[in-house]
Amino acid sequence: MLQVDALKKSYGGLVAVDRVSLRAGAGETIGLLGPNGAGKTTIVAMIAGLIRPDSGSVHIEGRPLAGDTDPNKRRIGLVPQELALFDELTARANLELFAALYDLDGTAAKRAIGEALELVGLTDRAQERVKNYSGGMKRRLNLAAALLHDPQILLLDEPTVGVDPQSRNAIFDNLEVLKRRGKTLLYTTHYMEEAERLCDRVIIIDHGKVVADDTLPGLYRLLPVTNLLAVELVDGQDGLRLDDLLALPGVRSAKLEAGTLRVGVQDLATETPRVLQWLVERGHLYHHVASERANLETVFLTLTGRSLRDA
Amino acid sequence: MMISFRALVRKDLLLFLVDRRALLMSFAVPIAIGSFFGYVLGGSGGQANASKIPVLTVDQDHSAISRGIVTRLSEEKALDVKPSTPVEARAAVRKGTATVAVIIPPNFGRDAGSAFFGPQQKPEIGVLFDPSHTAERSMVAGILTGDVMQAVSKEMFAGRTGREMVKDSLAQVEQNQHLPAEDKKPLEDLLRSVDRWNQQVDRGAGPGLSRGLTVPYTTREEAVTARQNIQYNGYAHAFAGMVVQFVLFLGIDVGIGLLQQRQRGLWKRFRAAPLSRGVLLGSRAVSAAILAFLVVQVNFLFARLIFGVRVEGSMVGFLGVSAAFALMTAGFGMLVASIGKTPEATRGLAIFATLIVVMLGGAWIPMFLFPQWLQKLTVVVPTRWAMEGLEAMTWRGLGLEAAIVPITALLLFAAVFGALAMVRFRWEAEG
Repeated sequence: MLQVDALKKSYGGLVAVDRVSLRAGAGETIGLLGPNGAGKTTIVAMIAGLIRPDSGSVHIEGRPLAGDTDPNKRRIGLVPQELALFDELTARANLELFAALYDLDGTAAKRAIGEALELVGLTDRAQERVKNYSGGMKRRLNLAAALLHDPQILLLDEPTVGVDPQSRNAIFDNLEVLKRRGKTLLYTTHYMEEAERLCDRVIIIDHGKVVADDTLPGLYRLLPVTNLLAVELVDGQDGLRLDDLLALPGVRSAKLEAGTLRVGVQDLATETPRVLQWLVERGHLYHHVASERANLETVFLTLTGRSLRDA
Repeated sequence: MMISFRALVRKDLLLFLVDRRALLMSFAVPIAIGSFFGYVLGGSGGQANASKIPVLTVDQDHSAISRGIVTRLSEEKALDVKPSTPVEARAAVRKGTATVAVIIPPNFGRDAGSAFFGPQQKPEIGVLFDPSHTAERSMVAGILTGDVMQAVSKEMFAGRTGREMVKDSLAQVEQNQHLPAEDKKPLEDLLRSVDRWNQQVDRGAGPGLSRGLTVPYTTREEAVTARQNIQYNGYAHAFAGMVVQFVLFLGIDVGIGLLQQRQRGLWKRFRAAPLSRGVLLGSRAVSAAILAFLVVQVNFLFARLIFGVRVEGSMVGFLGVSAAFALMTAGFGMLVASIGKTPEATRGLAIFATLIVVMLGGAWIPMFLFPQWLQKLTVVVPTRWAMEGLEAMTWRGLGLEAAIVPITALLLFAAVFGALAMVRFRWEAEG
């Protein structure tokens, strides 16, 4: 169990993290979602003991994390955003070193290294120098290096930055295996798709503050609508009265952008025929209709007034 | 804890051994430069290989005296004498292919002979010299003085020209009405005595002064080194200098390496482990010291095998100086890491600082060439103590007691650098 209470960190006049609290239990995957510079990495660094918070505390299994040599740090595995590997050494030599940081050597180290390599699918390439690895392989090895001491809590700081979709999927598969093994994953990302795929709960961070902390359904409930109907009109918007459309039962929002009408509805099955019939009756023909689900981007936009990518 | 400490040290050694650039800079480059400087500084045969001073002679007189001067100059071991013409000699000195040119003017022999006994005006010998070699000019001038004195006196006392000149001089003195009586009488007596001596020699009544005046002493030169029959080995100084320089470069690499580890996120991984700061920095310092010690030993081993550089003094002292210098280097590397922010910005500054302390430490040029005030100032330069210690234990052949001060000074520097590094090191990873 990871428990973070009111962590705060400032650099000069800039408050990087402002009283952030969170909880993460066994087998739970928590996403820290926010734009670049939101404070996600600083939060992870404080949990890992790399940065001393100005105030607040980190508890692991009920015990506060204190000092460089706190044995409690063994319960944490850190996957840094950077490829924290020695390119000049082989993958195995890298893992031997990182295992030794946790006093693992001999048979224990060999077994841990074997399991980690197996998980990330690099067993066959273990004797190769890391500099010959592809970006995706390095990312997988970066993950393996954090697993050697079998930590209960895994802190993953944007672990898929700069990798191809195939390698990203491979890493997701690895993380899902770890989740099934009961590991607690704290996953920072600014990709909403990653958070949606992996996380049981998402904490939205902006300007160092927690904006929302809930499950995906819980976050979606914060939205006025969960479904959008996108209708591409043939003749544009001539004579289209949005106020009349909003008066229809079940219609929550209506917005016309570049010839596409987006209608927010509570129930897609019931409202879609009604909206389409309303358009036809008033002579607004359309050539394409699609439905869109609300996503974390919409949630972030709703909560902060800004897009994740623009922030 | 020991497992992680050992692994961190082992990692640094491994990274060094797989880094071709590091190997090149630690072994090949100092050996190459040390070999070159060693050869230039006299090699392993004492002064045998020391280059001679190129001197040109222009004999416009062609007298017995001028020929004698040229012959004597040619016999000097320190000079490489070649005949020339006035125009060529001047051009050669200007270009730097000759250091000094000696021009003996026409009638020099006659005029020098006259001036030898009488008040006549002294003839001039032209000495053209390269202004960047003033020390050599002074040396050639000294040698020339002795050679001219010997050549002129020999001719005056034993040569045909000299005998005629004695007679002529006697006649001139006798006829000179302006010469004060108190000078005239002794001068006449002197010249008559020389004339009588010459006649006596002609009759075979004595050995005569066939060699003229000679320098009334000889020298017995001895290079004071470790023991008798141990010659100064120029490679010893050259290798000490280059080892000091390139080991410090190794220290810079240690510091830069730490900064790169921080930049590449490795420091986060290390700090995330339950390791003390002492283990993290200590392991780096130990590996740096091991590498520095190794580099010193390998370079001197090469110098020993190829150029015969021996530890003529205390081996324990040599190892002690090497170890203390290695620790100082480790401290220096840690200091570089603690002061620097980015590897790129730090490297240039660190190299500049290193070159300065290497220069002031006497690794490039011997410290005795420095002004006195600067020599005193170098007590605060760690490389001075490394050079002093290594030279004392190699070609100077001094005992362990001579290594104590350099070792103490180097350890002091190591402690100060290490303490500063611990205080200034930025432990926290950027968020």
